[in-house]
Amino acid sequence: MGFDPSYAARTFTSVGTRPIRPDGVDKVTGRARYGADFNMPGQLVGRILRSPHAHARISGIDASKAKALKGVKAVITAADLPDLTNGNSDLHDILDNCMARKRALYDGHAVAAVAAIDARTARRALDLIEVDYEVLAHVTDVDEAMKSSAPLLHDTVFTGGVEPKPTKASNITNRTQYGHGDVEVGFKEADVVIERSFKTEQTHQGYIEPHACVASVNPDGTCEMWVCTQGHFVYRQQCAELLGLDVSKLRVTSSEIGGGFGGKTHIWAEPIALALSRRAGRPVKLVMSREEVFRASGPTSATSIDVKIGARSDGTITAASATLRYSCGPYTGPWAMLGAMTSFACYDLKNVKTVGYEVLVNRPKTAAYRAPSAPMAAFAVESVIDELAQKIGINPVEFRIKNAAKEGTKSSYGPVFGPIGIGPTLEAAQRHPHMNAPLGKNQGRGMACGFWFNFGGQTCTDLNIGADGTVTLTVGTVDVGGSRASLSLVAAEELGIPYAQVQTVVADTGTLGYNDMTDGSRGTFSSSMATISAARNAIGVMRDRAARMWDIHVDDVAWEDGHAKAVGGKHDNLSPLSVKDIAAAAAKTGGPIAGHSELVADGAGVSFATHICDVEVDPDTGATKILRYTVVQDAGKAVHPAYVEGQYQGGAAQGIGWALNEEYVYGEDGCLQNPGFLDYRVPVCSDLPMIDTQILEIPNPNHPYGVRGVGETSIVPPLAAVANAVSNAVGIRMTHIPMSPPRILAALEADRRAH
Amino acid sequence: MSGIAVSTTINGDDVEFLCHFEETLLDVLRDHLGLMGAKEGCSTGDCGACSVILDGRLVCSCLVLGAEAEGHHIETIEGMATGETLHPLQAKFLEHAALQCGFCTPGFLMAAKYLLASNPDPTEEQIRFGLAGNLCRCTGYDKIVRAVQDAARVMRGD
Amino acid sequence: MVEVTLWGALGAAAGGKEKLVVEAKDIRELFRNLAEQYPALGPFIERGIAVSIDGVIYRDTWSKELPQDAEIYLLPRLAGG
Repeated sequence: MGFDPSYAARTFTSVGTRPIRPDGVDKVTGRARYGADFNMPGQLVGRILRSPHAHARISGIDASKAKALKGVKAVITAADLPDLTNGNSDLHDILDNCMARKRALYDGHAVAAVAAIDARTARRALDLIEVDYEVLAHVTDVDEAMKSSAPLLHDTVFTGGVEPKPTKASNITNRTQYGHGDVEVGFKEADVVIERSFKTEQTHQGYIEPHACVASVNPDGTCEMWVCTQGHFVYRQQCAELLGLDVSKLRVTSSEIGGGFGGKTHIWAEPIALALSRRAGRPVKLVMSREEVFRASGPTSATSIDVKIGARSDGTITAASATLRYSCGPYTGPWAMLGAMTSFACYDLKNVKTVGYEVLVNRPKTAAYRAPSAPMAAFAVESVIDELAQKIGINPVEFRIKNAAKEGTKSSYGPVFGPIGIGPTLEAAQRHPHMNAPLGKNQGRGMACGFWFNFGGQTCTDLNIGADGTVTLTVGTVDVGGSRASLSLVAAEELGIPYAQVQTVVADTGTLGYNDMTDGSRGTFSSSMATISAARNAIGVMRDRAARMWDIHVDDVAWEDGHAKAVGGKHDNLSPLSVKDIAAAAAKTGGPIAGHSELVADGAGVSFATHICDVEVDPDTGATKILRYTVVQDAGKAVHPAYVEGQYQGGAAQGIGWALNEEYVYGEDGCLQNPGFLDYRVPVCSDLPMIDTQILEIPNPNHPYGVRGVGETSIVPPLAAVANAVSNAVGIRMTHIPMSPPRILAALEADRRAH
Repeated sequence: MSGIAVSTTINGDDVEFLCHFEETLLDVLRDHLGLMGAKEGCSTGDCGACSVILDGRLVCSCLVLGAEAEGHHIETIEGMATGETLHPLQAKFLEHAALQCGFCTPGFLMAAKYLLASNPDPTEEQIRFGLAGNLCRCTGYDKIVRAVQDAARVMRGD
Repeated sequence: MVEVTLWGALGAAAGGKEKLVVEAKDIRELFRNLAEQYPALGPFIERGIAVSIDGVIYRDTWSKELPQDAEIYLLPRLAGG
């Protein structure tokens, strides 16, 4: 009997409630163990030497003095990491990023590493490593990097996706194009056309916990690693491939994770820790400093985007086009492609064309950051949509409702949409009291929509019924924000037992089958689907056992309210059997009782959100205060509403920081000037108001409870919502994110001079 | 013997340890004393994840040298609950879902405890500024502020 | 037979063709037949392709059936955060 993932309406008893999370007490008492909270006997301290240059050839490394230092047990360079990537260019990029093989490609690029008996010795050892750098010309700006005169990062890059194939090498690795119809015809039909260019600066996911791991390679080839990660199975796979380890012999345990947002879906220093341990014959603990996190992990792309949208005077958009240039760091990626796909996804367009360029720059390798690439594209598009609506004289929400994508719309990235939620979120926003609250002097309101794909993926769960009838649910998707509570609710719901009787744990790679990462908003969606499947399997087993206990046919056993019930007239005298009753007899009726599920959760469905933002801009300082913020987003079914609200609020806060203050600042020398939380300014408690949330529940037809992914979409609208609000407050269209005080003052000044 | 011998009081207990001169109180708590509730988020005093209370004052333990602990009273997250009974702030953080990844939570609890000790009936703005030294990247602070407001109410006996 | 639209770089790898008609009842057959006809698609299939069936995006699960007359798009593998 296969598992049917389709939605079936029902009344919920557990799902939709707000119990305390199972890992909560550990987290408020300091007992929870994160990446750096684990130690192995005999462990060494690992540290990494990093390039101080944005671009330099490594002519030679002399580590002899470091190796000779008392207390140093291992020193490695790229020469100690043979290339086992076998032509897989993605894997080779990862290897090179973990440790530079020929050239340092950004300020902070790892060039060597040591393992020593304590931190003091490790630091001294790093100072003793002599690296011969031949400094090369560098480029850090995405537009500069595209010029034919720009210094090249790799002379082997010839832009893909261009016909005829270029003969001259460049920093543009790829050109991708999406769309349908004919935009030239569409623009001719328009009464109003707005064309603008935008820039967004590079930001980091900003998780408070730096990357940390403890790696131990044993002489017999078995290895263990404790690491903070969003995907321990993926880390295991990649580390094993890079180091030539047997995957089944590498056991990776994911610690509690102190934030990831995509940044911990990539390996950074973990292969280095394993390599050091292999060399030293002892465990190695490697923890990045905050400076290293900024210089050598993350960040998202810096972008330069041109948008052109035309509409008739009745408000119908006739054509929309965008050219998107995204920085990838020193290695190619899918970033501009994702931007090109998501740009106009909120709208029903007859003529649309988006072109994306992946651009190499001497900056750290671009990593996924919560709905990667979508926020920047949404900023550009939603800004022009607002301007267009204003010029035509239609209310911005009305304008969007008029042009919103719906079921049957051919999306801008190709496929036709099934049932989607953008209309409902817009209508809910329109009705929300926030939309009609009065505004004062220097204040402005902005709103914006956002779109994101959500993923499914490979998922395993084990549901074991204990001898006392309580349930242990073992999952493999890392819990980044409270999903263990949600999964316990789902198991409780499906089995018909109280939440308190379910305990959810996250397994390591040795104790559960493969699970994809917790990314793409798939954590609760995929694991809940597998949990439901496992629970249904367990119920099948329990019905069977009950039948045996009663000596009746299993077809006469129903499962209701957490009990096996004998159905049919002739079984009236049989009292229902609880999970506890059945578990107590398990040894006699066939052994331990469990339900398992290994599946590829799919059909997560896309997700839309609408945000409303009020700001006040101080014309003397250029500082912006967020007065009020509202998130409206469709969750399909909110399993644990408090944690769904939390995702909405968290994504909005990150977007607000991105919109107003966060950026990577580079000097003329190509070095990062602000690798710390003082000058890389994320929002603090006093920067924000309460963030109102409205959860819509339009069931996802591809999930038994209607659940949709929720984690990422809420970071997509804020850049645009805040930009529209600020633009309305100051009366000038803002086109450069972040809209930090100097930028706002410069815009006000330029406007004054022009008038 | 190159270490510095230090005698101090942590969560009411007499504690002695040896440390290098350059080790911070955070290093000592985590690496020598097994008190890993205080976290290292930045080691430059910008994120507050390492917050502890020293002689009744909220400090970043990454900005205090281990040797400076000599003769002082230090409170860490490990001392916040009384046996099995959670402090009202801890209970309210759980009730209000004021944590997602939980990494910043010990620091916030220390900061909130300090805030309410000095101001048992703070306004929302006072709470926000009182907690402005602690970074949270997951929650957007909304539920944290609500948890502190609710805990303050309970602690006042309202 | 199903009609498949190739997007982005996939179209270029199939000799510039965007729309193809392929004999396939599930994803595995589809990939096998595509790789045979257009070897340049091989590496993309290896790395992972997202398959959109009537607007819903699926991973490259071999057994996923392709309904006749369904609208099928092949997109490069998507990344999340």
